[in-house]
Parts: sequence; C-alpha cells; structure tokens
Amino acid sequence: MADSNVKVLGTWASPFAMRVRIALHLKSVGYEYVEENLLEAKSELLLKSNPVHKKVPVLFLGDKPVCESLIIVHYIDEVWTSVPSILPSDPYDRAESRFWAAYVDDKFFPALRRVLVSTEEDRKAAMAELLEGVVLLEEAFRKLSKGKAFFGGDNLGYVDLAVGSLLAWIKVIEKFTETEALSEAKTPSLAAWADCFSSHAAVKDVFPNVDKLADFGLKLRAKFSKAAAAAAATTTTTD
Amino acid sequence: MASSDGEVKVLGTWSSPFVMRARIALNLKSVNHEFLQERLWEGKSQLLLQSNPVHKKVPVLIHGHHTISESLIIVQYIDEVWSSAPSILPSQPLERATARFWAAYLDEKWFPSMRGIGMAEGEDARRAAVGQVEEGLVLLEEAFGECSKGRPFFGGDRIGYLDIAFGCFLGWLRVTEKMSGIRLLNETKTPQLLKWAHGFCSDDAVKDVMPETEKLAEFAKMIMSRVKGAATGTGKS
Repeated sequence: MADSNVKVLGTWASPFAMRVRIALHLKSVGYEYVEENLLEAKSELLLKSNPVHKKVPVLFLGDKPVCESLIIVHYIDEVWTSVPSILPSDPYDRAESRFWAAYVDDKFFPALRRVLVSTEEDRKAAMAELLEGVVLLEEAFRKLSKGKAFFGGDNLGYVDLAVGSLLAWIKVIEKFTETEALSEAKTPSLAAWADCFSSHAAVKDVFPNVDKLADFGLKLRAKFSKAAAAAAATTTTTD
Repeated sequence: MASSDGEVKVLGTWSSPFVMRARIALNLKSVNHEFLQERLWEGKSQLLLQSNPVHKKVPVLIHGHHTISESLIIVQYIDEVWSSAPSILPSQPLERATARFWAAYLDEKWFPSMRGIGMAEGEDARRAAVGQVEEGLVLLEEAFGECSKGRPFFGGDRIGYLDIAFGCFLGWLRVTEKMSGIRLLNETKTPQLLKWAHGFCSDDAVKDVMPETEKLAEFAKMIMSRVKGAATGTGKS
C-alpha cells in the first residue's frame, strides 16, 4: 500500500544499508533503491536528508527521512506490523537482541574496521580483537537461537540483520589476512548460520560479491591512507 | 509472558548520568526498586562483573533473574514491561525513530564532545571543544521545537525517552559551565532548552536522583586529580 512511497538511499557495499533492505524484503515491502557513490562527493539528497551524520542508509517514507540503520529497522518493524516480526515479542528477549546489536555496532564493527585499515604491525592485534568478538557472538548465537537456525529462531531477526550484514566484510578480511574468522572447528554454530543467512531469500540479492567487495576495500584503504597521511602532514607542520 | 513480578534493583553509581536514566524510568513507572551502589574506588564488584561480563559497566538492571545492561536498552525494557503506566517512548513510529535518533546522537556525539571540554589541553583546544558542544545544543534546540510541539518536554506533556536521554547529562553540563565559566544553555541560543532543563530537574521522577552540582563538581575535581596524578606517576591508590 505504502510501497510506492518507500525509498532507500544506500550503497551496495554498506552493511548498514543491507540491514534496511533485508528488513524491507522480510516485510515484502517494495521500494525504490538509490545508490550513493561512496568514492565521490556526497549527494545533495544525502546531505539534505541526513544533515547530522551525512551517512547512508536513509529510509524515506514519502518525504520523511529516517536515519541510522538499527533505528530504521525498528521503524520498519513498527510500521509494517504483519508477520514476520523482526524483533522478538518478549521484553527481555527484545532487550537481549538490542544488546547484541548494540555490541556489533559499538565494539565488533570498529574492530572489523581496524583490521581493514591496519598496517602490517597493527594487524595481528586488530585481528585478535576481532576474533575475541567472534567467540562472544558464537556464545550469543547459542543462547539466542535456542537450537534453531537463526539468532531470531526459525526466522531472521534483529540480531541476524545486525551481524549478518557484516559477513561479506568478514569474508574480505579472511581473504586479505588468509585467516579464518568463522570456521567449523572454532565457531561451528556461526559457520552454519553464515551459510543459512547469506542464502536466505531476503538476503541473497543484496549480499555483495566478496571479490568485488575486496577490490572496493582496497580502494577504501588507499583513500583512508591518503587522508591519514595528509592529516599527519598538517599536524607536523603546525605548532 | 511480560511479567512485572520480581525484585527490581539498579546497580550503579550516584554520579553516572547513564545510571540516572534507569532510575528516572523506574520512578516514572512508580516501580519500587533498590539502588545498589558500586564503590567507585574499590574495583568492580563481583555482582557487576557477573551481570555485565561483556562491558563490565553500570547501569545494570536486575529484574528477578534477568539482568539488562546498556542504559537506553534498560529504559526501553522498563517501558515495555511496565506497560500500563505512562508511556516513555512516543506511540507513533516516526516520533519513536526521532527520539531514538537524538538519544543515539547524544551518546555517540554530544556527550563525548562535552567530556572533551574537561579534557582539552590549551585554550585553542578548549574553544574548539566548546564550539562543538554549542553546535550540538543548537541542533538539540531545534529538535526540541519539533518534538515538543509547544509543550514542556521532548515527550510532550510528560517526560519521555528523549527527555531522559538528554536530561541525565544536565548535572555534568552544569559542572562544565561552572568550571569553564561559559553558559552553554542560554537565553540567546537555547531559550527553549533552558526552560526545559528547569522543568526536567524539578520533575518528581528526577529531583531525588539528580546529583547536586556542587557535589558533582567536587567529584569531578577529585577524578581529574587522580587522572593527572596517575599520568605523572604520582597518584596515590
């Protein structure tokens, strides 16, 4: 009904934009997708609709923008109240789901990013931190899934979206570092879940190609190193 | 399955704005609870380490056999369990998203920038930090206008989620104003927020848990000297 009114501003490489798109797919909501080019200057639309953070994703319902991926997922769950529910119904289960999603954004994703931008010398420490996070998530999965296929149980839920959206980048890291982050040996539950997640009907069309993402990752690293070098140059030339 | 039965305890400290959020929410819902204070200089308690092993931080809400961490998650939990009493989150999805957005902004951007004023070294750095905080307050003043729609609080006629998320920082904001000599909330740039702050602090759900500015300022000085003492290796444990 409101389908023709729904727009998502995102990028193919953004895990955060992926969360929003998966949520809309789960609710069978059609939407217009507008791709922002991450390597070029930010579009007028992005700057106007998210002036505070200037980041994707942005969801539009009509002309009203909603920003911040996890907030958008809550919003989607609250507007389109048909099953399946993305958040659990019990308040304690909801609190647990929110806890782990917040953990992903506050701790796990920054650790992942540190590995991606790390120098040779930092890489080992950054990777160790990421792997600690993976162990925590393995435990969280066992607790939340209650023996079912997803964090959300039988269906994809809030934590599946929070963690699963990072899987492609995790695979990129595995490729770059030639280390396994998720494995049958060390994280059997997560390894099995990762396959279920990436092949799910609501996910597979927006799950990025890992080789393409790896190339993009290299470009981002180059951009980041250039910016870091420029910043270092300015700090050494001022008092 | 959402039962409000079971003992309710908040594990926290008197000076933490995040802990205050949990207590205000329980007060709004008229939920009797016990406040268990962490002793700040004695290392983290067993109870804290067991109930929040991932972050090892306050606040923790203990409700029967459940433990819930992260202040904004706790506030939402309280709102959902004690669902008959006044609602803390707005009822409309878009208003809820807006309240959540600004609460996240406060935690990720604004409060760190305010803490940055106290930690800034040198006049230039301090001025830059103050500038950041003031910019944020201008944004929040606008947000207040949109959310309150002419009523006294972000939540409307009563304190709501965003009032709690922001109001908990008022003690520290006043300490910062006192120590820097700068009026961050003022009639020129943030007239609505200035008025809101008075209303918030005098609300029944808030006034007994908002620390006195003097006490907080003394506490701030004590932390600063410990931090500086530790940095120069002369701190006493």
